[in-house]
Amino acid sequence: MSTSTAHAAHHDGYYVRIWATLCVLLAISILGPMVGIRIVTLITAFGIAIVKAYLVTKHFMHLNIEKRWVTWILVAMVAFMVVMFGGVAPDVMKHAGHHWQKDYVEPAVVHEEHSE
Amino acid sequence: MTHGHDAAVSTVPVATTRSVMEVPTGRLAVWWVLASEIVIFGGLLGVYIMQRIGHPGWANQSIHTNTLAGSINTFILLSSSLSAVLAHQAAERGDGPRAARLLRLTALGGASFLVVKSIEWTHEIREGFTITSNLFWSFYYTAAGLHALHVIAGMIIMLIVAAGAARNQHLHRVENIGIYWHFVDIVWIFLFPLLYIAK
Amino acid sequence: MSGHAHAAHDESWIKKYFWSTDHKVIGLQYLFTGMAMAVIAGFAVYVFRMQLAFPGHEVPLFGRVSAAEYNALVTMHGSIMVFWVAMPVLIAAFGNFLIPLMIGCDDMVFPKINRLSYQIFLISALIAVSSFFVPGGAFGGAWTSYPPLSTSPVYNQTPYGATMWLIAVVLEFAAFLLGGINFVTTTMNSRAPGMKMFDVPIVVWMIVLASVLFMASVGPLVAGAIMLLFDQTLHTGFFDPARGGDPILWQHLFWFFGHPEVYVVLLPAMGIVAEILAVFARKKLFGYRTIIYTTVATGIISFFVWAHHQFIAGIDPRIASLFSVTTLIISVPIAEMVFVYIATLYGGSIRFRTPMLWALAFIAEFLIGGVTGIFLGAAGADVYFHDTYFVVAHFHYTFFPIAFIGGFAAITYWFPKMFGRMMNDTLGKIHFWGTIVGFNMVFLPLFLTGAAGDHRRIYSYQAFPDLNTPALQHLRITATIGLLIMLAFQTVFLYNFFRSLFAGQKAADNPWHANTLEWLAPSPPPHGNFAVLPTVYRGPYEYGVPDRHDDYWPQHVPDQPSTDGGVAPSRAAEAHA
Repeated sequence: MSTSTAHAAHHDGYYVRIWATLCVLLAISILGPMVGIRIVTLITAFGIAIVKAYLVTKHFMHLNIEKRWVTWILVAMVAFMVVMFGGVAPDVMKHAGHHWQKDYVEPAVVHEEHSE
Repeated sequence: MTHGHDAAVSTVPVATTRSVMEVPTGRLAVWWVLASEIVIFGGLLGVYIMQRIGHPGWANQSIHTNTLAGSINTFILLSSSLSAVLAHQAAERGDGPRAARLLRLTALGGASFLVVKSIEWTHEIREGFTITSNLFWSFYYTAAGLHALHVIAGMIIMLIVAAGAARNQHLHRVENIGIYWHFVDIVWIFLFPLLYIAK
Repeated sequence: MSGHAHAAHDESWIKKYFWSTDHKVIGLQYLFTGMAMAVIAGFAVYVFRMQLAFPGHEVPLFGRVSAAEYNALVTMHGSIMVFWVAMPVLIAAFGNFLIPLMIGCDDMVFPKINRLSYQIFLISALIAVSSFFVPGGAFGGAWTSYPPLSTSPVYNQTPYGATMWLIAVVLEFAAFLLGGINFVTTTMNSRAPGMKMFDVPIVVWMIVLASVLFMASVGPLVAGAIMLLFDQTLHTGFFDPARGGDPILWQHLFWFFGHPEVYVVLLPAMGIVAEILAVFARKKLFGYRTIIYTTVATGIISFFVWAHHQFIAGIDPRIASLFSVTTLIISVPIAEMVFVYIATLYGGSIRFRTPMLWALAFIAEFLIGGVTGIFLGAAGADVYFHDTYFVVAHFHYTFFPIAFIGGFAAITYWFPKMFGRMMNDTLGKIHFWGTIVGFNMVFLPLFLTGAAGDHRRIYSYQAFPDLNTPALQHLRITATIGLLIMLAFQTVFLYNFFRSLFAGQKAADNPWHANTLEWLAPSPPPHGNFAVLPTVYRGPYEYGVPDRHDDYWPQHVPDQPSTDGGVAPSRAAEAHA
């Protein structure tokens, strides 16, 4: 009943290789902060997240051999979220304006040690 | 127009068997489910990101997330995605029992994820980092919690599909639950740096 | 026909009507639930409009209206009408009933998920209604549920009602997400052989596009609702400025959904009207593809206008300007669609049966709603109009046509197919005129009182000296009398509906001589819908085709080889490819 004959194109080893790549990327993203440079951390953390998501989408979900319009639907949803962010963030992230300001001050961390 | 005499098939409408768009109906539905989930998680994470950027002071809180636990869980989910796609390959080859085994292994990965998370959260709550102790932690528990609910739902459906696959029935469902599972993995792929790395 | 029909005979009453997976039964379940909820929300408006016209007096069948009760009635009236009347009737009832029939298949692709979606919906409706009866009563923080009013029981005085409202709304969202997946997937994949994308009837297109629009916009609000729920129950501070949160964030999340939502309900209503216009003008729908492209464009633009609900909430005025521009832009495609509908009528041979009266009234009344939206879309003018009755009148001139004129149009048009009997056309016309006259009598005065400064959501102006304008009281009373007239005439509809259900004249398969596939099935259709699943040979609007004996040409009728001159090439070969 399945019409996805094109999806069985790869043998198992192919997917294990992708998995190994993902693990290496994971390791890099964990090590990234240890370099101590903020921009490096951001790239290794989020840049790698995007790459990993792309690999999973392409190779595990087989989106690249799926009908094109499926990708467009998913991209459109992401685009709507960008619109949401673009419209809301400038408002919510503003901390002062004419005649007003956000007074909230982040408290110092006080956590009780219950165990030990 | 007749329904087959096979009991398993006769309750399925003819509608379900057509596929004018040349994508099998079950898989098409899963893509639409993913579309709606992108907007739900996208909304939540978008809000978290704008609040996080707007509250530099949250760095004092986020430093206390357990990167080791997060890394282990990321590794677990990546590996479970591997077993999910291998299950799909087995189903494509018509090997239902192997697909079922791999799906159950995937579900086991989900269960391990939840166990690690429970230990992690228990520790954090004991340290005083509760959902109300700071807005950062409110987002932390809400986002990871919503994700965990999706893990649980995925596991349940996966085990149901595996039960059928073990009898070589409805093998097309193996791919479909796999696609959902990969999405759950991708959400975590973004949650991990947001909650654990960007300190 | 198939094993299905035999099984139906043996089904118990419970299984047949409460546990059915048949899309037609589920559609009718949504319809009847929506109608019942409309009675409840209609009672609510009766009570609070009586309070507004005769402040402080006992309202018959209710008693004295306290401030808290007023707020609860206003909140629940709006919430119920949007979520539990408009959406279930227009989208779920007619979407479920019509889509498989109109695309020529035997059910939705996921009948069990379909049944589940109704069950979740029913639970959400029951939670909403039972919130009236919990300590503190129903939520009174407006259907928009802004924090901190909605998060703090100290402010809202309805801790149980507030949380129940929120849970009911979230469950309703879940039900429509599930239902939407059925509608979209079925329409995409299960069309009859020969039915290409642009042969699908407009109402099906509209319901599908509405479902996609809903799916794409509700996500952030689901996230926001979880956050609000946690603020209410766990005392997190997502929307609490004292804890680092932001109440304006909720407004954005709500309206990011809230604006596309109005198009979610508008689209099916416009689809219903389009079907009826073509059939009762005996004329091809003008600009079918234009309508679809315009609708898609409108849907996309609708994601860029939401903050026009927040012009005076303290947003950056530069952002307000941007949203003003986009809001004014979105009126263009809708206006264009109205022109397209009028063009459909031009040169037609119009039959003024009840469904057609409703369809025509939709155009006229919605036009008023749309035009008055322009006043509100301009941020400068909105500074004055916001939170006045001008807004109330505007959105009732859009929502009432959508939910009720569209709803009555659909019910009177498809009643023969749904129930196998005709409604009485004379009673239908009496109901129509009573409703339309009553409706305008309610809301035209409210434009005036709103422009004069009447605030929304005030239970009694006498309690606030600055707002007390006795000179306008005659307008408020007029509006209430209009409402009483309108409500009175609904009894005519209910009588007509239920009497016709049991004793109406039996309906033929195709009493309106329409082209779309649902009229091929028997009235009412059995399980499986069609004795033989149809093949489609042409588009849905071939009315008044020259050189044909009949003024209509159903989609499923094969082309006659020699008798028709200049016809479109036969699709029989394509269909069997």
